Amino acid sequence: MEQIATFLAYLVAAGLFVVGIRRLRTPETARSGNTLAGLGMIIALVATIFVGEFNPPRINGLGIGVGVLLGSVLGAFSAQRVPMTAMPQMVATFNGLGGGAIALVAVSEFYQGRATSWVAVVTALFTVIIGSISFAGSIVAVSKLQEFLLSGSVTFPGQQVVNAIVFLGILALVANVLAGGAIAELVGLSSFLTPFVSIIAILVASLVLGFLFVIPIGGADMPVVISLLNAFTGLAAAASGFVLNNYALIIGGTIVGASGTILTMEMSSSLGRPLSSIIFQGIVAPPQDEEEEEREVHEASAQDIGSYLKNEAETVVMVPGYGLAASQAQGAMYELMQTLEDEGKEVKFGIHPVAGRMPGHMNVLLTEADIPYEQLYDMEDINPEFEETDAVIIVGANDVVNPVARNEEQQTAISGMPILDVDHASRVIFVKRSLGPGFAGVDNELFYQDHTWMFFSDANQGLQDIAEAVKNA
Amino acid sequence: MEQLLAQLAIFVIAAFLGWELIQRVPTLLHTPLMSATNAIHGIVLVGAMLALASASDLFTMIIGFVAVVFGAMNVVGGFWVTHRMLGMFKPDWARKKKKG
Repeated sequence: MEQIATFLAYLVAAGLFVVGIRRLRTPETARSGNTLAGLGMIIALVATIFVGEFNPPRINGLGIGVGVLLGSVLGAFSAQRVPMTAMPQMVATFNGLGGGAIALVAVSEFYQGRATSWVAVVTALFTVIIGSISFAGSIVAVSKLQEFLLSGSVTFPGQQVVNAIVFLGILALVANVLAGGAIAELVGLSSFLTPFVSIIAILVASLVLGFLFVIPIGGADMPVVISLLNAFTGLAAAASGFVLNNYALIIGGTIVGASGTILTMEMSSSLGRPLSSIIFQGIVAPPQDEEEEEREVHEASAQDIGSYLKNEAETVVMVPGYGLAASQAQGAMYELMQTLEDEGKEVKFGIHPVAGRMPGHMNVLLTEADIPYEQLYDMEDINPEFEETDAVIIVGANDVVNPVARNEEQQTAISGMPILDVDHASRVIFVKRSLGPGFAGVDNELFYQDHTWMFFSDANQGLQDIAEAVKNA
Repeated sequence: MEQLLAQLAIFVIAAFLGWELIQRVPTLLHTPLMSATNAIHGIVLVGAMLALASASDLFTMIIGFVAVVFGAMNVVGGFWVTHRMLGMFKPDWARKKKKG
């Protein structure tokens, strides 16, 4: 009877997860969707404590209470304090913690000899491996995003060989566990390499593999990695559900695993590169330009831009990139929008799928600055409108508007990436510190075209100057 | 065996569900979406609680406890931060009210 009650509660929880994710389709319903999913989580946890065959000794019960309380306070505290620009790091941190937790659960199951059937053994081993990779990989990702350690693409000679050796080592240890230690006996290590010691070795080797797997991947590709590791943790959770025969874990974990996989593939396709090349190649080396010729650009002042916007432009599209967030210029962008709208101009925002550090990250940052999300347009929606646009203002973005990407013949890091067609607009205005190339290290053809104006300035100051110039023009 | 088949059936259905669910979420909301699914895999806390509940010696107690703390951070932090992020997407009327 109790088992049925737990099962039904888990089904309700799973239903709430599904409804919750479904409601994430529109900004109006998204927040309630998150709340519903959270409610589902509470139901699943309460069902585990009060309904199941959950009857821990007092000291263990106390440990659970203290642990949940401690974790909740730490989690809530960091979630409340983190600035919106550091969101990718925060998500990666929580993901790594989940991966670590589930790997430890599987180790505990082994130690207590509860993984008896071969299915349980295989899935528990899978959990240990994937959970540990997710934990170590997330730590490296956070470090890269914080620009703390290992930023950029870290490679060393023979990297692939080392990865392969670690992977084969894990496979050998797995075989040893499955054979009940028989393989260690063959090589004369049976006194040392018992099945349980092998599992600990698998845990350690998987941590190493997770570390090795993420260090060569450059900062710009980090969102894809986080999304992939998110899917990994989901799959590990699902696998542990098989071991514990717990349907909440199977359903919750599988939904995250499947949706995370799709999200990862969508992201890598908006970067214009297959997932395998992101993971196995790291950053493509920028082509060395032999002939370093000085090319003319058209430099413009804030006054030039202000009077053009006021007197000759009716429709304006702003294209923000990570440079905007880096100089905290979202507020200045909001002010410029207000100024232009007061002049009766139509203002829209074109958001590339990978603007910011995560897909959709830029949207969060702009809405934080009170820019209405109704005016934020995805790439597919804004691209046909550039023909009719009088002025495009590009702030702190570069690669996502670089026409070089359209030419798939050229072997650059961004070749084949879908871009915003800003060059179709009557006038293109870059607010940028220098002519330096973006993340991908590719020169931008658009800088040198006749209808392009370059305004060299810090994003925050530059936008304020333009807004001022519009008022005075 | 029967149990395994039931588990497999649920696994396959949930996988298709996850796949379907994600299809129509706009890029606008991809960051909150990733964060919300991240919070949902905090369901590992259920596993961590079960592991600690059955812990019988110091070793399993310690790893069970660490797993519970990690899992609880994943759940609470994950949902909390998603909630904060989605709070930025204010509807038009709420924005005007705030200013006026």
